[in-house]
Amino acid sequence: MTDTLNPRSWLYPTPRGLYCEPGDFYVDPAVAVGRAVITHGHGDHARPGHRSALATPETLAIMRARFQDMPDTAQQPLKYGEEVKIGDVSVSLVPAGHILGSAQAVLEHKGQRIVVSGDYKRRPDATCPPFEPVPCDVFITEATFALPVFHHPSDVGEAAKLLRSVATFPERTHLVGVYALGKCQRVITLLRAAGYDKRIWLHGALASLCKLYEDNGIALGDTALVSDAILETFRGAIVLCPPSAMADRWSRRFADPIPAMASGWMGVRARARQRGAELPLIISDHADWSELTQTLKDVGAPKVWVTHGREEALVAYARSIGIDAEALHLGGREEEDES
Amino acid sequence: MQAFARLLDSLSFQPARNAKLRLIEAYLRETPDPDRGWALAALTGGLDFAAAKPALLRSFGQEKIGEELFGLSYDYVGDLAETLALIWETKADAGPPPTLSEVVETLQRATKTQTPAILKRWLDELDSTGRWALLKLLTGALRIGVSARLAKQAVANIGDQPVAEVEEVWHGLSTPYRPLFDWLTAGGPKPASNMGGAFLSPMLANPIDRAEIDTLDPAHFRAEWKWDGIRVQIASSGGTKRLYSRAGEDVSGAFPDIVEAIDFEGVFDGELLVRREEAIAPFNDLQQRLNRKTVTAKMLKEHPAHVRLYDVLWLDGEDLRALTFDERRARLEAWMGEHPRARFDVSPLVRFTDWAHLATLREEMRQDGIEGLMLKRSDSPYLAGRPKGPWFKWKRDPMLADCVMMYAQRGHGKRSSFYSDYTFGAWRDAAEGKRELAPVGKAYFGFTDEELRWLDKWVRDHTTNRFGPVREVEQQLVLEVAFDGVARSTRHKSGVSLRFPRINRIRTDKPAAEADTVDNLLRLVP
Repeated sequence: MTDTLNPRSWLYPTPRGLYCEPGDFYVDPAVAVGRAVITHGHGDHARPGHRSALATPETLAIMRARFQDMPDTAQQPLKYGEEVKIGDVSVSLVPAGHILGSAQAVLEHKGQRIVVSGDYKRRPDATCPPFEPVPCDVFITEATFALPVFHHPSDVGEAAKLLRSVATFPERTHLVGVYALGKCQRVITLLRAAGYDKRIWLHGALASLCKLYEDNGIALGDTALVSDAILETFRGAIVLCPPSAMADRWSRRFADPIPAMASGWMGVRARARQRGAELPLIISDHADWSELTQTLKDVGAPKVWVTHGREEALVAYARSIGIDAEALHLGGREEEDES
Repeated sequence: MQAFARLLDSLSFQPARNAKLRLIEAYLRETPDPDRGWALAALTGGLDFAAAKPALLRSFGQEKIGEELFGLSYDYVGDLAETLALIWETKADAGPPPTLSEVVETLQRATKTQTPAILKRWLDELDSTGRWALLKLLTGALRIGVSARLAKQAVANIGDQPVAEVEEVWHGLSTPYRPLFDWLTAGGPKPASNMGGAFLSPMLANPIDRAEIDTLDPAHFRAEWKWDGIRVQIASSGGTKRLYSRAGEDVSGAFPDIVEAIDFEGVFDGELLVRREEAIAPFNDLQQRLNRKTVTAKMLKEHPAHVRLYDVLWLDGEDLRALTFDERRARLEAWMGEHPRARFDVSPLVRFTDWAHLATLREEMRQDGIEGLMLKRSDSPYLAGRPKGPWFKWKRDPMLADCVMMYAQRGHGKRSSFYSDYTFGAWRDAAEGKRELAPVGKAYFGFTDEELRWLDKWVRDHTTNRFGPVREVEQQLVLEVAFDGVARSTRHKSGVSLRFPRINRIRTDKPAAEADTVDNLLRLVP
């Protein structure tokens, strides 16, 4: 590790995304580029049209499922822990604990190491391996829930809350709004772990990614599509759908539904009400305030760049414990759309 | 405390009345005494301890995470109690969280200087929902959309009793209501109603229209004016004097002028009004006196309250509810005839020969402060609730105005996927000789299911802007709105407020430019 090299000289934000000059590639670019390193499959990180894309095999599978097989993109799978050289930069991918296939991009150049963590969380998730802290010179962190008000409760407790409501209102449909990639499958595995073995109904938009998870060895149990149901009243059923479908005419087929929503934003009452949730479930795939601040300590980086979210509070906190922190503004991130 | 916190949390997100009932019932069944009694007290507004000041909560927060981070947090959340509940972390080595009884009983005894330290200990022990509920209890504002009446209904349900039975004994009980739960859930004796100013469930009327009236025999019915005030009950015995709303809420505090004038024993049914000399003031004047903890001398002088009596339920220790309407009426008139009674009079009967005659009287009555007519069977006993048959209300025909839809919002429960709440406006002059719509009211019923589907689609197809759950729509659709009255209002931007507005018809045939103006509405103000 060397002190003389300025990290911003070889990795810096551009309008197209975070650019690594000595490797001539972008990390999670906002537009189609020549060469891209992708941390995970969510739409604000993985976009179609790159000439070549390097990512974990799972992330590439997700991208193929979402972008019509990507026949025009040269795909370079890189397993967790393996290393490749791109130009004058060595690149490896390390689990980020966010969703299936999610990784931190570890970049090394002239003895200096920068970790682009992408989106991450620190708590157990049956659908992906846990985040591994990597000591580094510069740590680039997300800040989606970077306010001291965000302390996500235990996800086991939130799943129990849903099942308790199903027991209290056995004649009503519990309609749970979930993001199609990651949250959906995590909620299903949480319900299964809590002993719920009944059929879980799915909106059509969730089907292909659920199948992809199962193909990757993540068991989801008995699931079926709402559109395939015959003579089904959905009384007492749990139905998962994308948040946008909850207020849609699609939801009118259900028996007096209770709108539930699984998201980190549900921790703040006004947010839950805005989304029309009558049963807010605080289940997040992003690190909360304690996880973010603990991670800064775990990786021990003297420099931290804070990106997408509430940078201000995390920068203030990092500086208060002696870290040289600054906000790194990247385009193309949808601020409120938690994945 | 944690179970109670979970209840408050669920209630705060659940808009449907029946679902709220179910949640409260489940809690009351599963929770032991005295916790459930204290919970019931919290829901019915029966807890009494000094409220925590916002400054205290703010200082706690700043101490915990520093001024800058606390400021950013509060800006984001927008609610002080919730912010503090969220930033505080449960201490791993803290003791078990307090029970609700422990919280209530400690706070009732604690001095002001002791409270902060006790509070910090509890915040360490509780989880985030528990902290939120604790701070809401302490700041005295639950805001979970549960009325005292709803909570009493839930208690009655767990014992399979009508709510009237609970209300009858309610005011003889004290927290944490152990005898009540013994009676309802453990086969204990029914608590004495003791009549010490107890509330008795009032008798309510069903609406009726002209066609249905013709099926009734006019000889069996008495008619009286339906005054446009607030239905109240006066209950006085053994020195306890109370004024209750129709739902059983004690509103004595807001009407000391009435309570002071009670120099008799009995339970009466009547209408609360503001009366100046002989004239009944518009409903708006009465509204000024509602929801106030204390009343100024000026308010008492300028908005003097009056009760116009309809019926008598108890008199001098005797229960009259089983008597016929005519018998009770005779007792009421004789009692009033004993001597003049300040602030009380008896609502006169309207004499009529047949229904056509009564219809004419109803049409001709244009006096302010009258909503329509009440029809009561001469042989009807006084029954709790809304029995079918003995009493009817025949309201005056509503006023109508053509307004333009401006905003729509999704409903709740079964209507959560429908845009079913509509804000509508009337035209007024704006700058440079132009006209603009000013919102004059909001309505969410009056239409059929089929019309609702049509309106929902119209809203989705004509949205111009979104603000959270609210959609702004093109100013094109004329709604014929029915309402029972108009008043000037300083709380509404347009300066008018409509009483009880509902959608009467959808006027697709009418261009928006021809809708009514705010001036037209103001002309209807009596």
